[in-house]
Amino acid sequence: MNPPQPIRARDKITAAIRKTTAAGGTALVPYITAGYPEKDRFIATLKAIAGAADVVEVGVPFSDPMADGVTIQRASHTAIAAGVNLRWILRELTAAGPFAAPIVLMSYLNPLLNLGYRELAAASVPAGVCGFIVPDLPIEESADIAAALDAQGLALIQLVTPATPAERLQRLCAASQGFVYAVTVTGITGGAKELPAEVTGYLDRVRALATLPVCAGFGVRRAEQVRNLAPHTDGVVVGSALVEQLESGGDPVVFLKALRA
Amino acid sequence: MQTEELLPAQRADLLRRLVAGELPDARGRFGPFGGRYAPETLMPALQRLEEGLQRFLKDADFQAELGRELRDWVGRPTALSPAPTLSRRWGATVYLKREDLAHTGAHKINNALGQALLAKRLGARRIIAETGAGQHGVATAAACARVGMPCIVYMGAVDVQRQAPNVERMVQLGAEVVPVKSGDRTLRAAIDEAFRDWVSDPNGSYYLLGSAVGPHPYPLLVRELQSVIGREARAQFIERTGGLPDAVFACVGGGSNAIGLFHPLVGDASVELIGVEAGGRSAKLGENAATLATGRPGVLHGTYSMLLQDKEGLVQETHSISAGLDYPGVGPEHALLRAIGRVTYVSATDDEALDALRECCSAEGILPAIETAHAFAGARKWAATHPGKTLLIGLSGRGDKDMPTLSQVFGGAKKILAEAGE
Repeated sequence: MNPPQPIRARDKITAAIRKTTAAGGTALVPYITAGYPEKDRFIATLKAIAGAADVVEVGVPFSDPMADGVTIQRASHTAIAAGVNLRWILRELTAAGPFAAPIVLMSYLNPLLNLGYRELAAASVPAGVCGFIVPDLPIEESADIAAALDAQGLALIQLVTPATPAERLQRLCAASQGFVYAVTVTGITGGAKELPAEVTGYLDRVRALATLPVCAGFGVRRAEQVRNLAPHTDGVVVGSALVEQLESGGDPVVFLKALRA
Repeated sequence: MQTEELLPAQRADLLRRLVAGELPDARGRFGPFGGRYAPETLMPALQRLEEGLQRFLKDADFQAELGRELRDWVGRPTALSPAPTLSRRWGATVYLKREDLAHTGAHKINNALGQALLAKRLGARRIIAETGAGQHGVATAAACARVGMPCIVYMGAVDVQRQAPNVERMVQLGAEVVPVKSGDRTLRAAIDEAFRDWVSDPNGSYYLLGSAVGPHPYPLLVRELQSVIGREARAQFIERTGGLPDAVFACVGGGSNAIGLFHPLVGDASVELIGVEAGGRSAKLGENAATLATGRPGVLHGTYSMLLQDKEGLVQETHSISAGLDYPGVGPEHALLRAIGRVTYVSATDDEALDALRECCSAEGILPAIETAHAFAGARKWAATHPGKTLLIGLSGRGDKDMPTLSQVFGGAKKILAEAGE
């Protein structure tokens, strides 16, 4: 008989989303760029958002965010100028946790590579980080980091896109951990004003292949979009629209609650 | 992904495989370097590009068309010029491979033409490019006009200012030039922006990358198209002198002209290969673009290579007087050539490059690009400690585009203009 396994960090992500979908809801996965717009308000903002979310995505600012639109670019450059970086984020999270929702770090590869994958994985556990989304790391190049994260039970979340061919879609859905991140538009974050009409069919295809929950992201900004997507997805990721709310001094919790309405 | 030093046996094996044409391997790796670190949206497009490259680079029809256009439109082969005055002054025998004589004034056209022809065969509807000094942008605009394809060029706002003549050339050649005001507003930001455009239309658009950087298969594609420089130079040198040069010099930013000149000579063990990077104002981080000399391995713009970065893994801002070398990364094949000790990488400062530029003008009647002048500065320094040797310098481009910078630094025409106005 096997001894009872402690719950892996990545299972917390899946469980948090399932809890909401089981109750008939759509999971909400908000994104914020760490330390933006104000470095000093990072933890307070994160705590508030975690209370209104199922999973929180924390962006590690990078100097060359090539998959991001103008909003996240602006947030990244400002945060870097204020001294926000991966080590700082992990320290802040470790000191201030636990949080009401599992945390996922979204980072381009180089800061992670620079820290070292083993050190990264070890530092993630006490920080309450349960998984990673790495937009410039295709599955072909992911073996080393995946092994290091796996040793600590952390998720490496795969992204799929409308341009992903069927066979590859199957492979990515099978390899993903935590949830499957379905990019809704062929483009960069925050770009689209409207989601393409064929998005629902695409999400249905992803969902049919995935055993994990599917969360749709890129270009999701309004309650009406969330309502339209709800029958086709387990959760939605909201990034640029939330960052813009924070920039204009809006209350992020009010904004997030309105999205669920 | 290994970052540690390579063992002597590994070095020898990697050199053997490089010479045998086995690198990059099927995963796009040059030993530990290279690979394909691209957003998922671009993966199918990169796969298609790789398949297209494998098919067309071996296709007799494609090669015939490319060869014809290189001869009739680009003006190849370019000359191999002896440099008698520099030879006398430096105590060496100096030859110049004249890419400045290629159509549009630099080596960039070899790659732009080849890729534009490839894009057409792959059914692309529009071409995207980035540019630093503007030479790749001009070459791409010209190649797109030649093959009949719309062209959009992203150029950092800082570079638009310092390379204004090239902006006008691109516009005249029918390209749409988009100034990039995000990030560091130079070549690096222009590449970020070109990728963003491509991510938004990976099926209809073709990204015509200008240097030997980026995700696989770009470093391979650019090397194959630029190797015409080294193949010609090698044959011309043998024909002219009966042998090979003792040392070959090229400037290195992303490294496309250098890889084009070096690659066909890598197997010639007697030939010393020396790449010259931009030493900028000083050796301090942020004041130069000497990636191979002072960088650490990292991932930028889709490839694992040497990278100028801070201790948190954020990409470092760079400085060079030459827009074309002002880049914090470098092609992965150069990272390998450095790691196995086959190429030596040195740097020349802004001032050394400007001195070398003036010397080339007065001694040989050739105005090189400021980028190219770095190679001359490196060669002059090397010649001083290696008397009596035979040198080949890759004269990668002409300096007409640098007039705004040169007027500002030297102001040679100011007095004459003032006199004429009296």
